[in-house]
Amino acid sequence: MTQAQLQETANIPALSEEPGIRKWQDYFGFNTDHKVIGIQYLVTTFIFYCIGGVMADLVRTELRTPEVDFVTPEVYNSLFTLHATIMIFLWIVPAGAGFANFLIPLMIGAKDMAFPRLNAVAFWMIPPAGLLLIASLVVGDAPDAGWTSYPPLSLVTGQVGEGIWIMSVLLLGTSSILGAINFLVTLLKMRIPGMGVHQMPLFCWAMFATSALTLVSTPVLAAGLILLAFDLIAGTTFFNPTGGGDPVVYQHMFWFYSHPAVYIMILPFFGAISEIIPVHSRKPIFGYKAIAYSSLAISFLGLIVWAHHMFTSGIPGWLRMFFMITTMIIAVPTGIKIFSWLATMWGGKIRLNTAMLFAIGFVGTFVIGGISGVMLAAVPFDIHVHDTYFVVAHLHYVLFGGSVLGIYAAIYHWFPKMTGRMVNEFWGKVHFALTIVGLNMTFLPMHKLGLMGMNRRIAQYDPKFTFLNEICTYGAYILAVSTFPFIINAIWSWLYGEKAGNNPWRALTLEWMTTSPPAIENFDQTPVLATGPYDYGLENANEGVPLSDPNPVLSAGPNSVLRADPDEPYPTIESELEKR
Amino acid sequence: MKIPTSIWTLLIGIVLTLASFWYGQNHGLLPAAATDEAVLVDGLFNAMMIVSTGIFLLVEGILIYSAFRYRQRAGDNKDGPPVEGNIPLEILWTAIPAIIVIGISVYSFDVYNEIGGFDPHAIHEAPMMNQESMAMPGSAMAATLSDTPPSTEPNLNQEKSDEAMQDPATAAVRNADQIPQLRNAPGVGSVAPTIGGTPDKAGKPAELQVNVTGLQYAWIFTYPETGITTGEMHVPIGREVQISMTANDVIHAFWVPEFRLKQDAIPGRQSEIRFTPQKAGDYTLICAELCGPYHGAMRAPVVVEPQEAFDKWMQEQLVASKETLNQAIAVNPADLSPNEFLAPYTKDMGIKPEILHQVHH
Repeated sequence: MTQAQLQETANIPALSEEPGIRKWQDYFGFNTDHKVIGIQYLVTTFIFYCIGGVMADLVRTELRTPEVDFVTPEVYNSLFTLHATIMIFLWIVPAGAGFANFLIPLMIGAKDMAFPRLNAVAFWMIPPAGLLLIASLVVGDAPDAGWTSYPPLSLVTGQVGEGIWIMSVLLLGTSSILGAINFLVTLLKMRIPGMGVHQMPLFCWAMFATSALTLVSTPVLAAGLILLAFDLIAGTTFFNPTGGGDPVVYQHMFWFYSHPAVYIMILPFFGAISEIIPVHSRKPIFGYKAIAYSSLAISFLGLIVWAHHMFTSGIPGWLRMFFMITTMIIAVPTGIKIFSWLATMWGGKIRLNTAMLFAIGFVGTFVIGGISGVMLAAVPFDIHVHDTYFVVAHLHYVLFGGSVLGIYAAIYHWFPKMTGRMVNEFWGKVHFALTIVGLNMTFLPMHKLGLMGMNRRIAQYDPKFTFLNEICTYGAYILAVSTFPFIINAIWSWLYGEKAGNNPWRALTLEWMTTSPPAIENFDQTPVLATGPYDYGLENANEGVPLSDPNPVLSAGPNSVLRADPDEPYPTIESELEKR
Repeated sequence: MKIPTSIWTLLIGIVLTLASFWYGQNHGLLPAAATDEAVLVDGLFNAMMIVSTGIFLLVEGILIYSAFRYRQRAGDNKDGPPVEGNIPLEILWTAIPAIIVIGISVYSFDVYNEIGGFDPHAIHEAPMMNQESMAMPGSAMAATLSDTPPSTEPNLNQEKSDEAMQDPATAAVRNADQIPQLRNAPGVGSVAPTIGGTPDKAGKPAELQVNVTGLQYAWIFTYPETGITTGEMHVPIGREVQISMTANDVIHAFWVPEFRLKQDAIPGRQSEIRFTPQKAGDYTLICAELCGPYHGAMRAPVVVEPQEAFDKWMQEQLVASKETLNQAIAVNPADLSPNEFLAPYTKDMGIKPEILHQVHH
């Protein structure tokens, strides 16, 4: 054989009986396959979610009674600080990156991410950062200045814990910057020929917007944290008022990242929901371009709203008006998405399986968080409820009712692709029911608590709030219980679940056009687009489109921008080799 | 007879609107409104509740209706209709939220202006760069060569701080020597209004001045007109009160839920808030910004009472403070251990003494 032929043979993926199955040990080592990294991200972050959840339940247990009787106030403050830090930096943000890792190369027909090793490095920053953070509890000096870590409080509480917190968040920030670079380059450079940006699935658009936002905002947080570390360790006074520093400058730097972080946490799941709803409603997504561009609009606007967290700090009056208006305007692109999802469902043939139920739950609860978000943007009202349980309710409706339900919807939807097996629908529905009940029971009463005058981050409160706090606490216990059916279901189904086949949902995006779980380099040959990502309901398109089928029977529908010529057989590597 | 869809839509629309209006007025979610400002804020909140209830019912209604009405029937494996979009509809649902948020913004702006947050005159009083010197040839280069020259403009934070310190009682509780005042930091009256001088009252001093100092974990009030220091705030009905506050250690936030007003007290800065009490009652001042483990215990009584009762209280305080003046000033809270310092406050706040023993610093 000539060298060229050898090269061709070497490029053919090894055909095993069940492609994609690797040794289970592979998941515990340094691996550059984007799918392994994606699952590493998801499993690792889920473990942190459980740890953060236990902390949340400890916090709620303390708040069951008005007195401080369960943990000491210092431990209480550490618990909610770590709870928030873990949930944000170690669960929702990296879980989004986990899905992006698994899905983006598959969705755009690439063999892997643009920088596979960088990808692995980005993941491997997370476990040490998480362990570092949790270790601070063990050394007995956990951070307790809130996840916002405002100076001067963060400078006068425990120095070791605060230092550990800064280090950990810096590591996690670095990880997400590396991830974002990788996603952007992959999306821009590695799409299969013929996939223009308007043929990209909406999840890819969402990750594009998210990554751009991450790249712009995260370095500012890093800068703020490094200055804070100097204040803490070296005795400088950037933010320390005793030396003339300005604590409000920290707030600007912190929120310049941490408000966009909310969009970094929700945009990937807007994308995931935009994938899930059309598949299970059997209808094309309504207003593809509107949804795609609204992600970009949210990403851009997200950068100019940060000071709405500081309406009660010392900022000029006109600045409050500016940030009120920018914050309000974000409701418009968000509204476009929500109405488009509703219109997608309208008139469809909705399969109410667990993934779709979670997607519906996502839309239904996120709306509540979105509406209270608009209220919070109104300066005079925000001045009343800032730093109260109304804000706690709002952010949990967005981050639990939004992001976490989105993560679950995505897990149920892509579980067959990731593992090759179906999840048990019954236990999935039990999980959904418990989650929805627990979620609303925990967070709905908090709106009233905040409006009536319960401030946040307190271990003891006015006894008149006892009843509502009890409801919240029992709701939190239900939420804790709700994860058990999921964990057991996921593990059991992964090992023994019904075989899924390549495309159990009859979806049209590219990730379903390969084996489940996908082989090491994803596709036998470069896929050719035959339909748009959401061409449901078009003639002949509803049977699912196996792209490896040498004779696809497809007609070009009126709405599909780019389709392969149906008469031309797909080239395979084998046929190419035979020709030689 | 089959009722046409348009009539159904109209009926549902009417019911939805009525339900929203009813709930927006009768939600019962807010505590009593005890100041003129609170009434305005409540009006804004009610308006937002009407809109929010409407949107909530609409979205949840469509969601649940779709999930039931359009669920897949057994054996039906066909796809739904390939509807990809509808430009007029999309323009409509972009325009309506846009109009709603603009409406809420305008209303918020109006309320904010009414409660005195946005005083357009104040901006002109803000210190500008020294334009004459900047216009001189070579000044730009000079600026890079030397350190920033000492500004000849007034240091408004310092002025406000000095003003508050005129009262010896305030000076005793604020450790101004430890935390320098920031120069021209936004947050004070004429540089950038916090919630303060309503346009028609702009420039006029409030009728009653109260200096508030936040420190871990207590509020201390001093009345510069009479020089008294107390742990509880009394204000008379119907007279505009100006609170000028700062913090001695970490950031605190001044919040009385019934007043609907909140302002951070930041070390090194003066900030202010103005309001006119209108409803007698006993309220609680709550620290709303995380300030340490005992943040939840940082509360102080606030009494809104008629003028006569206020004068009577003031007299009592004057007598009491004359007796204990020397002693009161001699005690510097910074020298006390948290235990000693908190002891007088804990009884009111319902904190068990055991908790206090756990305080270590």
